[in-house]
Amino acid sequence: MHAIEVHGVSKRYALGERRGASGTLVETLADLTGRIRRVAPPSLPREIWSLRDIDVDIAAGDTLGVIGRNGAGKSTLLKVIACITEPTTGVSRTRGRVGALLEVGTGFHPELTGRENVYLNGAILGMRRREVNAKLDEIVEFAGVAPFMETPVKRFSSGMYLRLAFAIAACLDADILVVDEVLAVGDTEFQRRCLGRIESMRSEGRTVVFVSHDLDAVTRLCSRALWLDGGATKRLGPADDVVSAYLASGRTFAARQVFTEDPTRPVSVLSVAVLDDAGTPTEALDRDTPITFEVRFVVRERVPALDMTVLVHNLRGVRVLDEAWSDSAPAPRREALGEYVARIVVPPIFAAGEYVAGIWLGTPFESILYEDDLLRFRLHGDANGRPNRITQLALPWDVRPVAPVAFAKGG
Amino acid sequence: MPRVTTSEAQVWTENRPTSGLRLPRLAELWRYRELVYYLALRDVKARYKQTALGIGWAILQPIVGVAVVTLVFRRIAHVPSDGIPYPVFALTGFLVWNYFAGIVGDATDSVVANTPLVTKVYLPRLAAPVSAVLPALVTLLPGLVVLAALMAWEHVAPGPALALLPLWVLLLLATALGTGLLLAALNVRFRDVGGALGTLIQLWLLASPVAYPASLLPAGWSWAYAINPMAGVIEAFRWSLLDGPRPGADLAVSAAVSLVLLVGGLFYFEHQERRFADVI
Repeated sequence: MHAIEVHGVSKRYALGERRGASGTLVETLADLTGRIRRVAPPSLPREIWSLRDIDVDIAAGDTLGVIGRNGAGKSTLLKVIACITEPTTGVSRTRGRVGALLEVGTGFHPELTGRENVYLNGAILGMRRREVNAKLDEIVEFAGVAPFMETPVKRFSSGMYLRLAFAIAACLDADILVVDEVLAVGDTEFQRRCLGRIESMRSEGRTVVFVSHDLDAVTRLCSRALWLDGGATKRLGPADDVVSAYLASGRTFAARQVFTEDPTRPVSVLSVAVLDDAGTPTEALDRDTPITFEVRFVVRERVPALDMTVLVHNLRGVRVLDEAWSDSAPAPRREALGEYVARIVVPPIFAAGEYVAGIWLGTPFESILYEDDLLRFRLHGDANGRPNRITQLALPWDVRPVAPVAFAKGG
Repeated sequence: MPRVTTSEAQVWTENRPTSGLRLPRLAELWRYRELVYYLALRDVKARYKQTALGIGWAILQPIVGVAVVTLVFRRIAHVPSDGIPYPVFALTGFLVWNYFAGIVGDATDSVVANTPLVTKVYLPRLAAPVSAVLPALVTLLPGLVVLAALMAWEHVAPGPALALLPLWVLLLLATALGTGLLLAALNVRFRDVGGALGTLIQLWLLASPVAYPASLLPAGWSWAYAINPMAGVIEAFRWSLLDGPRPGADLAVSAAVSLVLLVGGLFYFEHQERRFADVI
């Protein structure tokens, strides 16, 4: 018994259309007269196929994870399933009430109190007043904001705001819940509760479609996964298989990027790589040994104040490293013409996990190369049961007795 | 876009490409009627938060407006008022007009102002312009109290036509909502609408019998004047509330234009709605 059926769904966005939204009546009139005079408009509207021929059936009570790079069409698929936008071709069917959580706090108004926002958001999600009444205690309890329900939410901390918004959606009696990357925000405790809530929805027999970059959560929570690539289905199947195929795909992990040289530029980058202890480019590294980033570049003209930084992000998008050449070798420098190899050694400070590295190379006046996502690598190692940290330093504790205890209290 | 069909006691919602005219989904709007109420409540509360006078503005505005208009049109320009004391005559016109202009203004803005809702959740988008009918009531009701006081002061009493008042209210709502729906849908594509709205409302005000009576016009032209539906609406309100002159067949012209506006607005909004999330 299916709860969601997506058959041959494609979605086209005309880029000219989006311009029309901020554009003006005059532009459209000009377009129209251009059409009448059979003059080609100055720039032909380009179009993007955000989804191409997607087929997926989701059984009632099943959880589907949707993964893929940015712009792969994940959010568009959720919008089609949730009836927010029409597909260009194909059909999507859902059975029962659909709750969409594409953004946390969509309908919140800062001037309204917590309680008023609960009712407003309940109505937006299609709940009746008495349904909200019946769920109010549960929502307040889940969000943990009971003392602040009569306070305008503009005075809420961002954490309280998030918790309340998620609580409303999570307590909605939806047969199908569609969740976008909402769990990327909020603290660990909040994320843990959200994931727990999704897990319990699954056990209650609700159907969940769930977009995430957190591949770990996808394998844990989802029975099946859909990998989208450029709007098309790359792979659909058991979550474990799809996630490991995604991780193993060449586009995902890269230890070295080589650039084609541009001899007209004063400085160009030849290659960027991440190296293991032995100096070989590797995507799989040991978190207990130092890792090295290597940048090869060529200087053809003398450039004042040439600088470079290596940028490392974890998969939650946190920039964990941003080290500039000028931090240790301040300008003024003037490099002689020639080819260079730059290396920076990072001691074992990062927690085990996946990372994305890129570089910026340029001068105070010009960026020559700026790419966040050039290298992808994984640090293998033991998190000692504490996976939610950014650094793992094994710093020594200094614990020493300062006074003896004379008597045990209370006898 | 979503069509609800029932099979095996389970409700399937279908999302497939549509083209051509669609029937406005009024049944769905009815299911979401609480949303209409909460959207309106949100707008009212947000509007009056952190104002010192709050609702007092709704009483002050018509009094000052009528005082100024009475001075200019009556004392200086000597505009007639169908035998009704001029302040009462003008205040009735202004209350009806302000309610109309309030709805049109709020409705025009409603979809664009709720962009996050349009692009991030599914809801009947009709709820946004329809909810614009309610906030303007907050200014209308205190205004009606002021009108009642002024009528008592001037010894003006409604006649038997008062019984027809609900009909004129519906006509007013049809005109305002029809206009608002058209402009709201246009505004999603062309933000120019927001800029042009002020001018449109001003011109429309001058073309409506707010500060002057429709009887000022040459007799042969009154049917053309009645193409402006607000002409019929305002004259009808004066008939019911102030026992003014009974509108002639021109009222039928105004009513017909109102209904065409409402139906046209509903269909145009529904036609454009499918692309709101993509072009907004």
